[in-house]
Amino acid sequence: MAAYEIEIILNRQLADCLSIPVFITDTIGNLIYYNDPAEKIFGTNFEDTGEMPVETWSTIFKPLDEFRAPMPPEQLPLVKTLNDQQPHHKIFWIESMKGLAEKIAVTSYPIIGRAGKFLGAVAIFWETNEI
Amino acid sequence: MKISLKGVRGSIPTSGTDTSYYGGNTSCTVVSENDWYLVLDGGSGMQKVTLPSSIKRVDILLTHLHFDHIQGLGFFSPLFNQDMEVHIWGPASATQSLHARISRYLSPPLFPVLLRELPCTLILHDIDNSVFEIGPFTIESRFVIHPGPTVGYRITGQHSVLAYIPDHEPALGLTGLLTDTKWISGFDLVANADLLMHDAQYTAREYTNKIGWGHSSMEDAIRFASLAAVKHLVLTHHDPLHNDKLLSEIFSELQKEVSYPFPFELAIEGREIELP
Repeated sequence: MAAYEIEIILNRQLADCLSIPVFITDTIGNLIYYNDPAEKIFGTNFEDTGEMPVETWSTIFKPLDEFRAPMPPEQLPLVKTLNDQQPHHKIFWIESMKGLAEKIAVTSYPIIGRAGKFLGAVAIFWETNEI
Repeated sequence: MKISLKGVRGSIPTSGTDTSYYGGNTSCTVVSENDWYLVLDGGSGMQKVTLPSSIKRVDILLTHLHFDHIQGLGFFSPLFNQDMEVHIWGPASATQSLHARISRYLSPPLFPVLLRELPCTLILHDIDNSVFEIGPFTIESRFVIHPGPTVGYRITGQHSVLAYIPDHEPALGLTGLLTDTKWISGFDLVANADLLMHDAQYTAREYTNKIGWGHSSMEDAIRFASLAAVKHLVLTHHDPLHNDKLLSEIFSELQKEVSYPFPFELAIEGREIELP
């Protein structure tokens, strides 16, 4: 397989250095990297799982709205970014496979390279106390 | 394919008796095949480039526009020859054309002649992750990790492949060079090349204090070449603080420490390499 564009590689290298969970996807949402802190969300680590197609990783945790009702995928910041190539931010709840619910804020942004080409997206997960 | 090294120093020319063996001119290499000539980078070594009088076209492939890679441009005689067609290929920027960026150097007060005053037929090409052909060469350019828009080149001739990445920091990151080749900058350019000319400005010890400066240690350059199954490696872009004696000592130590199944050597100004 061809090497990733350097904009993707540099985002991974940055994610490696951060203590907050970071996901990196390709242009269609396949998870191509997540850092060690994201293990708290997935319950597993990248060394064990490797890359994951969107159908796999999107079922690992369940997003819930402020009423704890399931959120449709299209409302998730990362999905919005993949659809419109714009940054997004949202606070919501997630329920992991272990049934634990946690309130998080997610910021997502598109990776648009020097040539103006859309290369993928990044989602950063923040713990939050905001309502 | 014939490869002639005209400048192998990094950052700034270092003329003097203590650098006369490896050479003090900054990056410039000439590649020729079937009377087609490519000049890789326009560092101060460019002043030593001479072309046969029968040649009417030359192509300059710039990896990036840091000064040590363009400072020889103003002294490249084909630019002042009205019978010459000169093509300059260089990395695209999100904000300014190649013409605008080169003009910042080739204009007063930095240089007395304006780009538009050059008598040759000058054609500029903004490139990114591109594939293009020049005579017998198929050339692939890809952005690589180095501050500012910077590309490396994979030059495929009739029978052999040269990869050229004189400024490159593929080991940038928390854990250094990754082993999953999908995640290594420049890997596709280099894979299985007959010859790789690669940045090796620092020793491994020096690199620990220069992380993020855009260059490689010799050790990382060799590891990178090994992962990519390169057949022959030339370590270039020598640090201006490394004189001949020091470079030879560093390389001698390196040869004792590492063992790889391909030849690797320090670039020497004036050296010529023939690929089949």
